[in-house]
Amino acid sequence: MEVTGAQALVKSLESQGVDVIFGLPGGAILPAYDPIRSSSLRHVLVRHEQGAGHAAEGYAWATGRTGVCIATSGPGATNLVTALADAYMDSVPMVAITGQVPTAMIGTDAFQESDITGITTPITKHNELVTDPARIPAAIAEAFHIASTGRPGPVVVDLPKDILQAQTTWHWPPVMDLPGYKIPGPPDQSLIARAARLIREAKRPLLYAGGGVIKSDSSAALRELAALTQVPVVTTLMARGAFPDSDPLCLGMPGMHGTYAAVTAFQECDLIIALGARFDDRVTGKLAAFAPKAKVIHADIDPAEIGKNRRPDVAIVGDLRTVMADFVTAMRAEIDANGAPDTKEWLALTDGWRRSYPLRYNQDADGPLKPQHVVERLSAMTGGDAIVVAGVGQHQMHASQHYSFTKPRSWINSGGAGTMGFAVPAAMGAQIGRPGELVVAIDGDGCFQMTAQELATCAIEGLPVKVLIFNNGFLGMVRQWQELFYDERYSEVHLGTAIPDYVKLAEAYGCVGLRCDNPGEVDNILEKALSVSDVPTVVDFRTHDAEGVFPMIPAGHSNDDIVLGPEFTAAEQQAATRKEVIA
Amino acid sequence: MSTHTLSVLVENKPGVLAHVAALFSRRAFNITSLSVGPTSDPKVSRMTIVVDGASTPVDQVHKQLEKLVRVLKVTELEQDDAIERELALIKVRVNPELRAELLDVATLFRASVVDLSPDTIVLEAVCSPGRLDALLEKLEQHGTCELVRTGLIAISRGGETITDDMRELALAH
Repeated sequence: MEVTGAQALVKSLESQGVDVIFGLPGGAILPAYDPIRSSSLRHVLVRHEQGAGHAAEGYAWATGRTGVCIATSGPGATNLVTALADAYMDSVPMVAITGQVPTAMIGTDAFQESDITGITTPITKHNELVTDPARIPAAIAEAFHIASTGRPGPVVVDLPKDILQAQTTWHWPPVMDLPGYKIPGPPDQSLIARAARLIREAKRPLLYAGGGVIKSDSSAALRELAALTQVPVVTTLMARGAFPDSDPLCLGMPGMHGTYAAVTAFQECDLIIALGARFDDRVTGKLAAFAPKAKVIHADIDPAEIGKNRRPDVAIVGDLRTVMADFVTAMRAEIDANGAPDTKEWLALTDGWRRSYPLRYNQDADGPLKPQHVVERLSAMTGGDAIVVAGVGQHQMHASQHYSFTKPRSWINSGGAGTMGFAVPAAMGAQIGRPGELVVAIDGDGCFQMTAQELATCAIEGLPVKVLIFNNGFLGMVRQWQELFYDERYSEVHLGTAIPDYVKLAEAYGCVGLRCDNPGEVDNILEKALSVSDVPTVVDFRTHDAEGVFPMIPAGHSNDDIVLGPEFTAAEQQAATRKEVIA
Repeated sequence: MSTHTLSVLVENKPGVLAHVAALFSRRAFNITSLSVGPTSDPKVSRMTIVVDGASTPVDQVHKQLEKLVRVLKVTELEQDDAIERELALIKVRVNPELRAELLDVATLFRASVVDLSPDTIVLEAVCSPGRLDALLEKLEQHGTCELVRTGLIAISRGGETITDDMRELALAH
């Protein structure tokens, strides 16, 4: 069948099973938008291409399927760059289609020309400039294959205008030509048996669950493994929801703003079982002082993560989906042969830490309103059943700390890249991927203003997302660092709470706008917000501007230097300091 | 300096060199030299990359290169088990009284004269890295005025070839 390159693109996306794409048209990509009109694809017209990129990410986080965004050449494509970098850091499966100037004009500084494959090479899993219309089906099939298999990530397919306009022959499925693309095979069973033996022999083992557990849909296997071995679990920022927070074995989030129990468990354990985690600096703190007594079992799909930051004792390369199932089998065999690990003393220790040094904040009945209180009320009122989306900063940490997650794919945020402005468009993508479910964006006032224009898209699409702005009038996390490390010399962090008027802004965008500054009103306002079912709702929560995020491990410090925060007495802080606990 | 030599087979497609170069920049890897050329298979190019092991984790270089979609295979060549060569063109200013001595040095290092002018000579030398360094040191005494080097290329000794275990990649389809 004779088709244009543009028709081949759209038919390829349809054949690939794509149901929704997020984008904004322009000159070079124009030919593709004509067949989109008559296709089965749902195109969501965003207000800024960055929104399309984050929406595709939110969709992918929420569904596990590959998110798709589309933009024109030049500035359209460069506006996707932040989202691509974000998806690369957090291993989000995403395909970005970009228009390009006609092949004959490439390199001439033509209107709206940018070298988007050159620009995105360090921040994508792969990219390709397609120069033959006959290659379009294969390029699209390869892009989806690369984005969604192995360690997932973003792929850019750059399509010059003349290639989209040229005639070609349609055929599907195409032959993929990827001789150098490697996906790890089945894991080495002898290593899994060795790992099972190490777990059984350990006195203080710790399961370190990373984002890979969510991406490989291995949460059920993780629960099984934890129950079988009675080993406590920490879930990283990328893995919140991989293990239920209510489970007695759950120690919560580790890292810079992790719980005392999770952080201290790392420092005191004798075995780390790292599952789809990458020993990120925000988790380890000062690497040389991280988990000094621990042997390490490291299972990951990316061989380059093994030994990158911490040298493992047992390295298992493979897809966690298989590795975790094999782990459970091997663990059963090990327990049948040699008995169950004895973790009673260890659990008593971690339990004590959890009880003595919980997440603590103080909400006075007459204010000021604390962000943690809003998260806790939301958590209680939704039964941990919402899909929570966050931007980056204090609100993100408060949301991760205080929402009690019950299941995977219910927490979506920008982890590695730390992209402010992620929440609103990502929530939009999540809501489109999972219609009928409750999607709540928890955002800061700084973050919100970076991508708030997508409220228009949400309203027009009739998406009932909730956007809870924790409006403290500051770039709060930066303010916190200036308070702690720059002697309270606040430099360029004050945004003010009054401009814009978020309620009016919401209404102008066709959303419901609410405001709350009184702790006693939180339930009432949340109830109102949760009851809106046809348009987005924005709530301007006026939160305490001096509230910090604690616990905190100062950047570059050892996990041993954890600071509990102002809600703990000096005596408690002293007692919590690890050297004394262990003596 | 502990150098490591990596032989990298890549697909002969546009953008491959950019992907490899961007990886080195993105990961802050230091490379001493990089040379690229075709192989007997027109679909495959071969890069020889020399990495400074003191400043760069060679294991990471190897694994990160393997992750590039257009990279087919990465092999580290051990110096003892490999033949390493580099081609250099060296323009030397010649003092007439020392011309004979210069030509002696060239002969000793099996470098050949490929151009002559009244006051310069261009030498062509194909050497192992150590030998080339020694030659350049000698020539420095005469006054090297221009130097161009290809970067190292290397091949393993013995009967094994880099493509021995690559049949399954079916490059020839």
